[in-house]
Amino acid sequence: MTSKIKSFSELKQLQEKIKASRDPQKLRITICVGTGCLAHGAMNVADAFSEEIDRRGLSVKIDFRKTGCHGFCERGPMVIIAPENIFYQHVAVKDVGEIVEKTLLKGEIIDSLLYADPQTDEKYVREDEVPFYKRQTRTVFGMNSKVDPKNLEDYLAVDGYSALAKALAMKPAEIIREVVTANLRGRGGGGFPAGRKWEETSKAAGTPKYVICNADEGDPGAYMDRSLLEGNPHLVLEGMIIGAYAIGSNEGYIYVRNEYPLAVENINIAIKQAREAGFLGENILGSGFSFDIKVNRGGGAFVCGESSALFASLEGRAGEPRAKYVHATEKGLYDKPTNLNNVETWANVPFIINNGGDWYAGIGTDRSKGTKIFSLVGKINNTGLVEVPMGTKLREIVFDIGGGILNNRKFKAIQTGGPSGGCIPEEYLDMPVDYDELTKVGSMMGSGGMIVMDEGTCMVDLARYFTNFLANESCGKCVPCREGTQRMREILVDITEGKGREGDIELLESLAASIKDGALCALGTSAPNPVLSTIRYFRDEYEAHIKEKRCPAGVCKSLITYGVDSEKCTGCTLCAKVCPVGAATGEKKKAHKIDSDKCTRCGACRESCQFDAIIVR
Amino acid sequence: MVNLTIDNKKIQAEEGQTLLEVARQNGIGIPTLCHHESLEPSGSCRLCSVEVGEGSRAKVVTSCLYPVAEGLVVKTGSERVMNVRRMVIQLLLARAPESEQLAKMAEGMGIRPEPRFKASEDGNKCILCRLCVRTCEKIVGVSAIGFSSRGPQKDVCTPFHEPSTVCIGCGACSYACPTGQIEMHVSPAGDVRTIWGRDFKMAACKVCGRYFAPEDQLQYISGRTGVPVEELMACSSCR
Repeated sequence: MTSKIKSFSELKQLQEKIKASRDPQKLRITICVGTGCLAHGAMNVADAFSEEIDRRGLSVKIDFRKTGCHGFCERGPMVIIAPENIFYQHVAVKDVGEIVEKTLLKGEIIDSLLYADPQTDEKYVREDEVPFYKRQTRTVFGMNSKVDPKNLEDYLAVDGYSALAKALAMKPAEIIREVVTANLRGRGGGGFPAGRKWEETSKAAGTPKYVICNADEGDPGAYMDRSLLEGNPHLVLEGMIIGAYAIGSNEGYIYVRNEYPLAVENINIAIKQAREAGFLGENILGSGFSFDIKVNRGGGAFVCGESSALFASLEGRAGEPRAKYVHATEKGLYDKPTNLNNVETWANVPFIINNGGDWYAGIGTDRSKGTKIFSLVGKINNTGLVEVPMGTKLREIVFDIGGGILNNRKFKAIQTGGPSGGCIPEEYLDMPVDYDELTKVGSMMGSGGMIVMDEGTCMVDLARYFTNFLANESCGKCVPCREGTQRMREILVDITEGKGREGDIELLESLAASIKDGALCALGTSAPNPVLSTIRYFRDEYEAHIKEKRCPAGVCKSLITYGVDSEKCTGCTLCAKVCPVGAATGEKKKAHKIDSDKCTRCGACRESCQFDAIIVR
Repeated sequence: MVNLTIDNKKIQAEEGQTLLEVARQNGIGIPTLCHHESLEPSGSCRLCSVEVGEGSRAKVVTSCLYPVAEGLVVKTGSERVMNVRRMVIQLLLARAPESEQLAKMAEGMGIRPEPRFKASEDGNKCILCRLCVRTCEKIVGVSAIGFSSRGPQKDVCTPFHEPSTVCIGCGACSYACPTGQIEMHVSPAGDVRTIWGRDFKMAACKVCGRYFAPEDQLQYISGRTGVPVEELMACSSCR
């Protein structure tokens, strides 16, 4: 526990003291225990390291640190050995003894644990040499691997809370000016300039003023906010405290979904530590400014990520949005001036204060500044979290950092911006990724989700999937969203089941246009995006389903039949063994057959066939 | 005062008024389903949508909530507006095909059901306009009914679909309902009213003997106003 820090100079002294007590050349094992790696069994590996270090009496010689997510989730559990920063991936409990014995004590590299490029087979020793990391700019997220999220001293050792001390010595208007100069735009979806929001809230009449961190990240497959809050909670707190001081707020809330237990745990620990150390509470660092934060756990409704629904939920009412003709900066939570930003937006603030708004505005494109964390998921080799400057080409993200498409299949499209974003086809792979460019091609930045699809994805089925998600997550308050998304889903289901009719595409388009115009909140107005963007780029697939009753990608079960290519079939009998309904039959060493009346189109035969002999028509 | 233009007509309005109020005051008709002048606007039916602004900045907003502003240009019958209205009505017709009131409204607006939307067959006439829930909460002050679930499954009901212990049987929800979904039954003798699955004993007027209000309602009014129940025992005609 850190005792209360009463001035800026005391903070500086403490940071220096911690740094002086740490030898940068000392051996250190860092293991990622972020949620992705935990799912890979990282906690067992971490426990094994602890035991091994104790058993050998090495706890003085070797530092051991458990951190939040490093981003390369595909390769977890991940271990980094300092000072050389040797990168071991897919580490299992059985490897622990060998790592301590060979690498830590003898300095030997264990070849089998190194990352090998799937295309070239080239192996990489150091973490920063691995192409996945090398091509990123990990300004915000890179800090995750340097701090134990439960240890405030780790954060102070990397000059944590220096930005707060600097900000508290500035005038609030000066801080806002830096954020305006930086042109930091909201990372939660809307992309509204944070500086302008801060300015409006600071000038709004009424007290108290509230500062809120939106950690209700709800897009399927997106987990950058979760990983920041889990892995570096003090960074988010520091950003919020700076914002509160600039705006003139003494009360803050973090609205985090209850499905993020580790984020809830770590942010609560961090808040307690920050209070004890004097970063939160009365008279922060002796500046005279007071501010505190409460954590509210959300029940997991997607709509509660929408600001006005989030306020309703915080106030204890059902999470339903309200019209925002009067901005939240004037009338937000409890009808008081409220400044809401999401986790990643807040996490950017300390960097802007430390390095200046001009520095920040030097990164990125004309109207989108800084770096952005994307969650790269789907049919991609390097699933994980990726931080790149705004304006980085989509191709670079997918192929150079993401390592290309799984199983060397062909790229078909990428869904950006979450379920209510849009899909972007291959022809736009060389587009720079920023707020405006994504909007231009019919998608959006959203919170930064990227779902990669290969040629085996049916785009009508994809639209059905996302529309189903949105229809289920509609709060039900307004007619266009509640009833409209439901009817879009109904039509899409019909099309994928071969019951599509002439005129369906046009009806979907007109329905979509009216939902966009008529819905109450951003969930509704963006709900037609998956339908509109798939029609825009893959209209021929819709037409094939409707007119020819054919699914070109071979996905929609009602429209496909499974058969056997008798030339390729060797009669190995595997398909007959895996078929759950006895539709695949045949004699040993003779071409098999599939009875399409019995076949349920589950695809088990195709997956099991070693000879690519199962054909889908 | 604020100067604005609605459908090419120059109009003066007071600050803080909504577009719907001002339009109606000036004889410009805008249809609504979830609006009631005694209640705060809800903005849920979206039928009162209008278009504000011009050129690329034009947007569709709900007039029941949108505040008047100096120089605002409003169109109540543009193509975008009519498309939203038609969609809202068609979606509701498919949801509640048995509501005569809704069918009449659609007919009056010249809107026919969209045949591609499969008409609901559950007999439910509720369009989730929320008038009943808001009336019960804001006007009666009881909150006997609310919502359950979300999205298409959203439903108006008493808590856990059980007979409410706080409902006073006043029937305000039923009077407010624009589609005839909330039914109120009265026994042949008139001494029992049934609503939301609960029977309410009716009080008889001490003058004419007619059953005129649920006893629970009179007790509730007495409790709220301090007027003894005995003094409330006369019907509106005999009072």
